Amino acid sequence: MSSIPGALLTPKQVADRRVPAPHTSMFARMLLRAAVLRRRRAASALLAMIVAAAVATAMMNLYVDVQAKLRTEFRNYGANVVIVAKEGQGLPADALAKVESVLGAKTMAVPFAYAVARIKGGQSDGQSVVVVGTDFTRARQLNHWWKVSRWPSAPNEVLVGMRAATVVSPKAGPNRQPFELTFQGKAIELAPAGMLQTGADEDSRIYLDQSEFQNWTGVAPSTIEIAVNGTAAEVEESIRQLAQLLPSADVRPVRQIMEAEANVLNKTRATLYASATLVVLTSALCVLATLIGWVFDRRRDFAIMKALGASERLINGFFAAEAAALGVVGAILGFVIGIGVAAWIGRVNFHAPVVPRFSVFPYVLAGSVAVALISAVLPIVLLRRVQPAIILRGE
Amino acid sequence: MFPRIVYESFRRQARRKLLAGVAITLGVAVATAMIAVATDIGDKINRELRSYGANLVVTPQEDTLDVEVGGVNLKPPSDGAFLNEADLPKIRGTFWHHNIVGFSPMLPVTVKVGSDARDVTLLGTYFNKALSFGKDDFTTGARITHPWWKVSCGDGRESLNCAWPDDNSQNVLLGERLAAKVGKRPGDTIEISGRRLTISGIVSTGGAEDDQIVAPLALAQDVLGKPGAVRRVYVSAMTKPPDALSVRDPKTMTPEVYDRWYCSPYVESIAYQLQEVIPHSHAEQIRQVAQNEGTVLSRIKGLMLLITFAALFASALAVSAAMATAIYERRVEVGLMKALGAGNLAVSAIFFAEALLLALVGGVAGFSAGALLARQIGRSIFNSRISIEPVLFPVIIAIAVFVTFAGSAAAIRRAVKFDPVFALRGEG
Repeated sequence: MSSIPGALLTPKQVADRRVPAPHTSMFARMLLRAAVLRRRRAASALLAMIVAAAVATAMMNLYVDVQAKLRTEFRNYGANVVIVAKEGQGLPADALAKVESVLGAKTMAVPFAYAVARIKGGQSDGQSVVVVGTDFTRARQLNHWWKVSRWPSAPNEVLVGMRAATVVSPKAGPNRQPFELTFQGKAIELAPAGMLQTGADEDSRIYLDQSEFQNWTGVAPSTIEIAVNGTAAEVEESIRQLAQLLPSADVRPVRQIMEAEANVLNKTRATLYASATLVVLTSALCVLATLIGWVFDRRRDFAIMKALGASERLINGFFAAEAAALGVVGAILGFVIGIGVAAWIGRVNFHAPVVPRFSVFPYVLAGSVAVALISAVLPIVLLRRVQPAIILRGE
Repeated sequence: MFPRIVYESFRRQARRKLLAGVAITLGVAVATAMIAVATDIGDKINRELRSYGANLVVTPQEDTLDVEVGGVNLKPPSDGAFLNEADLPKIRGTFWHHNIVGFSPMLPVTVKVGSDARDVTLLGTYFNKALSFGKDDFTTGARITHPWWKVSCGDGRESLNCAWPDDNSQNVLLGERLAAKVGKRPGDTIEISGRRLTISGIVSTGGAEDDQIVAPLALAQDVLGKPGAVRRVYVSAMTKPPDALSVRDPKTMTPEVYDRWYCSPYVESIAYQLQEVIPHSHAEQIRQVAQNEGTVLSRIKGLMLLITFAALFASALAVSAAMATAIYERRVEVGLMKALGAGNLAVSAIFFAEALLLALVGGVAGFSAGALLARQIGRSIFNSRISIEPVLFPVIIAIAVFVTFAGSAAAIRRAVKFDPVFALRGEG
């Protein structure tokens, strides 16, 4: 309504309206009118801004979060730290509890106790076989790659390695024969619950529940395998803490796992970084192209303002404020969309949402405003040399 | 007349055309680089995943049970079956030999060491052995299959005097913890079963080898008295992630399915082929390594794919924006042409011809720049080239033309619809 100057308003009313803050209201009106009157061009500039901010937000979110996601993925490779009792000594009875108290409950720690038993009866009478006592629920969570036909549930049920099975219970089929083992003269009858296949040493062993194992052999766990979650530095720190806590044991990193993980993670991170940079640069370019076109297109406004006697500072301020407003609005909307995109990628690719990182927002905001300012000021600098009359004449 | 208008437009508005051309070039370059990286990333990460070591192990078919606790095998060393070292080069003759990064034979022998005659495992293996199969010369060994094994002087220092032994030498590596226990340093000699051997370095592996002696395979065979004997072979191969086909039993497959299975680099089919070439052997996947790489690989590949889509989207938008701006600025020209009697079709044709020219030039330049960019990424991150399939070239050019057309279409439509009178008066 107020765009029709003077209509229905007495001069006094007009003056009254101007009194509170004449410059501010005029300035705001110019900004708003420019956006409304050329809404098509303004919308396309804003759209470019939003897309760029969204892409940048998604990339930054992913870059930070994907490393954590991949690290949990790498934990499927199993333990990256082992605690081994020093020669001739056992681990203290509360070792496992101590480990969990230091590393927290979400860290997976599995105890293993080893003994060499002899087979009693059957065609392989007297042959040696390694029997391991462990906690099945924990081992199952730590060692995802173990291919197990059925986990033991009843007392005296054991998990028999593929190769051990051919010796202790040679008859194939789902219901394998029970067998007898002796350790230092003490015999025990065990029923195979399922087969274990790993392709490594485990295939030649027999796995028994820890407490039953200890009742039978009296041997306490000598090894604890731990999957410590976190960055390389965090794992180092955990190793140092554990070594302090258990002076009677050797705490060693599993170099095979840790070094390979660091290698693959570094390469992935570098690739991600390079791609994210490319994508963000491209979208910044898109904004630049659109905004320069938009501002250039309004050289008439610029010329009229100049012809009406606007100072250079005011014109610069006007276009800068316009660009900044565009940058801020674009950054906020883009940030929201970008978080959504990152969450979607996380869900599709990692089956877990990417946690929104609001710490990214200041960077997105600063970047958007900076790109918007650059693309607004660049054409202004070019236009400043041109006489307003020439622009207005349409040359 | 038509070619002349287009030609003059390029000649007289070189700066504007350059801007649009640069936008197209950059957009295409980013798209090309991202597509190249995304298509090659699987192969590259697969190679990097080999730093987890061997994913297959070949053992004798009729082997007796291993009785191994804490890296010490209680099984009598000459007990059980062996593979023949002479069969190993045949691994290079399998169907997927290009995917086999390396292999290392292992022969553990229990020996007595030092004055207290303690039992220590002497592990015979290849370090970097030169072998040949047919006309194919290659080297393989633990340095390739066990990249986390580090040789030093024992105190963390690395020097020229502490190195991997030669595969034909009588020199050995001492495990880190064993060296500390027996108090030996590189350069010292150690007496093993009546032989005086020189210690060429201290090996640190973070595994059972830290308590062992690692020696050239020939030396271990000599100590055991069984020339040519190998207890097991670790094979490191690049594999395809498992799927429904990979886990099927080859015995139950129809011939066509069998061929497809045999000709896919699944860890199962490579194991099957290893068994074929090495007599009396049993090849098994090391599940800890083999089963997990598929997940990691598919995650990274999926991520790169999605990012590539984002990159394609962003570059398409950048190109469209640049084209729209370039056309919008030429409304006066359109007004003039229409005032002189040009039809909408003729005006559109001129713009589309210009867009096509720009897209072709920008596409070719962008493709070359993108190829360079991809190669640079490959070299700096993976230390190897990222190859660009030639088939990508027409695809990229087609995409560039399509995106440029799509980006221009809306702007051209608006420019053509614009009333020439307003355009010529400079009102818009």
